[in-house]
Parts: sequence; structure tokens; C-alpha cells
Amino acid sequence: MANALINVPDRARRGEIIEIKTLISHPMETGYRRSQLGARIPRDIIRLFVCTYNGTEVFRAELYPAIAANPFVVFSTVATESGTLAFQWTGDNGFSATETATITVD
Amino acid sequence: MVALAGASFAGEIPLAERRSGYELMSRETRAMQDDDTANPGMLAVLEGGGLWARKTGAAGRACADCHGDARAGMKGVAARYPAYDAARKRPVSLEQRINGCRTDRQQAPALAYESRELLALTAYVARQSRGLPIDITVDARTQPFLDSGRAAFYRRQGQLNLACSQCHDDHWGRKLAGNVIPQAHPTGYPVYRLEWQSLGSLERRLRNCLVGIRAEPYEYGAPELIDLELFLMWRARGMAIETPGVRP
Repeated sequence: MANALINVPDRARRGEIIEIKTLISHPMETGYRRSQLGARIPRDIIRLFVCTYNGTEVFRAELYPAIAANPFVVFSTVATESGTLAFQWTGDNGFSATETATITVD
Repeated sequence: MVALAGASFAGEIPLAERRSGYELMSRETRAMQDDDTANPGMLAVLEGGGLWARKTGAAGRACADCHGDARAGMKGVAARYPAYDAARKRPVSLEQRINGCRTDRQQAPALAYESRELLALTAYVARQSRGLPIDITVDARTQPFLDSGRAAFYRRQGQLNLACSQCHDDHWGRKLAGNVIPQAHPTGYPVYRLEWQSLGSLERRLRNCLVGIRAEPYEYGAPELIDLELFLMWRARGMAIETPGVRP
């Protein structure tokens, strides 16, 4: 039930560099904190973010406990052809979320 | 510059001198609030939109079944809250109104204060008022509560013996530890506070301040907090709603 916000331009010229913004809802619990009763709060983070463009991987990021809640990842790629950008986040406790966006390249 | 301007005041801030906390933030934090795809508060708004349309409770009704499209029906609503509730004979906050709807109309259990769902619904409703001026109704019914809120704002309290006004009227724009003291206009609530790494209500913020002056914070939903909330919204009358705001 993860919420994600994706910002990809609808259209781009072939060869243009496009900026892609992704924001996902996640607590990114570090695993170093303790509750008021002293019990350790188990780690719960996103470990990997991958973006594929028509099946080809164009961006990959490994995430660590120092990254704040609701990771905001911005990156760029070259618009090569019309198609689908797929985003996948995977993490602790079997966390997995996917989103897609389409782009038209003229 | 700002520090000097702030220092020259004492007492109530003139209407034209009021500044949203937004204007005292860094360029980066302002950019984060301005861009809907970078503003983490929008995640809650997105979730709230889903909750708005979801049927729940024994009545099997969704918010949308009565209120319709929130973009039209909820426009300007948050700018009027806390508003007088005839049944409770006192002003209620937007959160309390939403919970009232849940228990009375949807026959669902009330959502806990600061729960993800309540914040999401509140953010979604308040988002529909973005850009509209705060418009609190002051009449014979709300006046006593407004006066009580005003009294709380100017009352010294806690072990540090500080009144809200001593920081937020007299020393806004100056620093408290590393942070700029804002004027305390609740324009962006519920806000995404970077320090919290989550969304939070105005009541959470007020309780934070109370702990800061080493006073015992009121419980969530306490009449004292609602009165103070009412006074703060009245004090920010005419200023634009920014929900979901981002604050450092």
C-alpha cells in the first residue's frame, strides 16, 4: 500500500535529457533507535531502487539507514524512444512497490 | 536584516507585517514545498484521496457519498476551522469534525489523533483550500473561546515561565538555538516537518512548544488546545492556506 509520486515529462524530443523525480512513502526506520521501553526498533528500510526504460535498466540506487523517511530520488536519462519507464523499490520485510510512467518521444 | 526587523517589535504584530513561516525557510525547503512531486506531504494527500472515496463503517458510506467531489465541496472548508459546532457547543478542529462525521454518519470508530489515516484525510481536505485566505468566523458564540485562546497565548507558563507571545510576537525572525523563530501562523497544517520526518497536526506542534517551555502539554483534542488553535487561526486571518506545508 505504498504511495509513490512520479514526475516524468509526457513528451520529449529524441536525444533530449529528461529529469525524472520519484518520491515514495516509507518510514526508513534505521534499526538504531530504541522505543521508550528500551526495546530496539527493528530496521525497516528500502534497500534498492531500480528504474528500467522499455526493459533496459537506466538507473539503480542502493539505499542505507542514513537516508531520511520518504526517499526522494531525482535522476536523468536520455529520451531514446516512446515507451514505459518502470520503477521498483524493494526493501526489508518483503517491501516491494512498482510504478510505471509512459513517455512519448518525437 | 530579518533579525533586526524582528527585534524592533514588541506586542502584537501589525497585520501588514505578518509573515508565513514559509518566508523564513531556506530556499531548498521552500522549493520542496512548492513542487508537488517533491513535497512529501502530497503522499498523505494522495492517500487521503483514496480514503475519501472508500466506504467504511456500519453505514457503509464513504465521505464522497455525502460530500461528493472534495475539490468542489471541500474548497475553503479548512480555512474556516476551528469552527463552532452546535452539538458540542464549542469550536471543533478539522480533525474533530472528520472524526465526528466518522462516528455519526459512517458509524465507524473514530481515528486516533496523529494516526496516518486521520492526518491523510485532514491533509486531503485542507489541500482543497490551498491559496484561499483564512477566514475565521467571530461571533457571540465563538468569542469566549477566542478570548480564552488569546489569554493562553499571552499567559506565561511552564518551568521556563514563557508565554507564546514572548517568542512569536516579540522575537520572531531571531534564532532559538539553530532555528529561526517564526511568527506562529498555522497556514500549512497538517505540515510535513523535516525534523519529524512525517506529517503532523497543529496540536502536535503546540504540544512540542509546550514541552519546550517545560509546561505539561494538554492531551490531544483538549479544549485548551482548540481555543489556542482558534486564536492562532484568527491571528493569521486573511493569510493564504499552504497545506501541505513543509517546515524544517
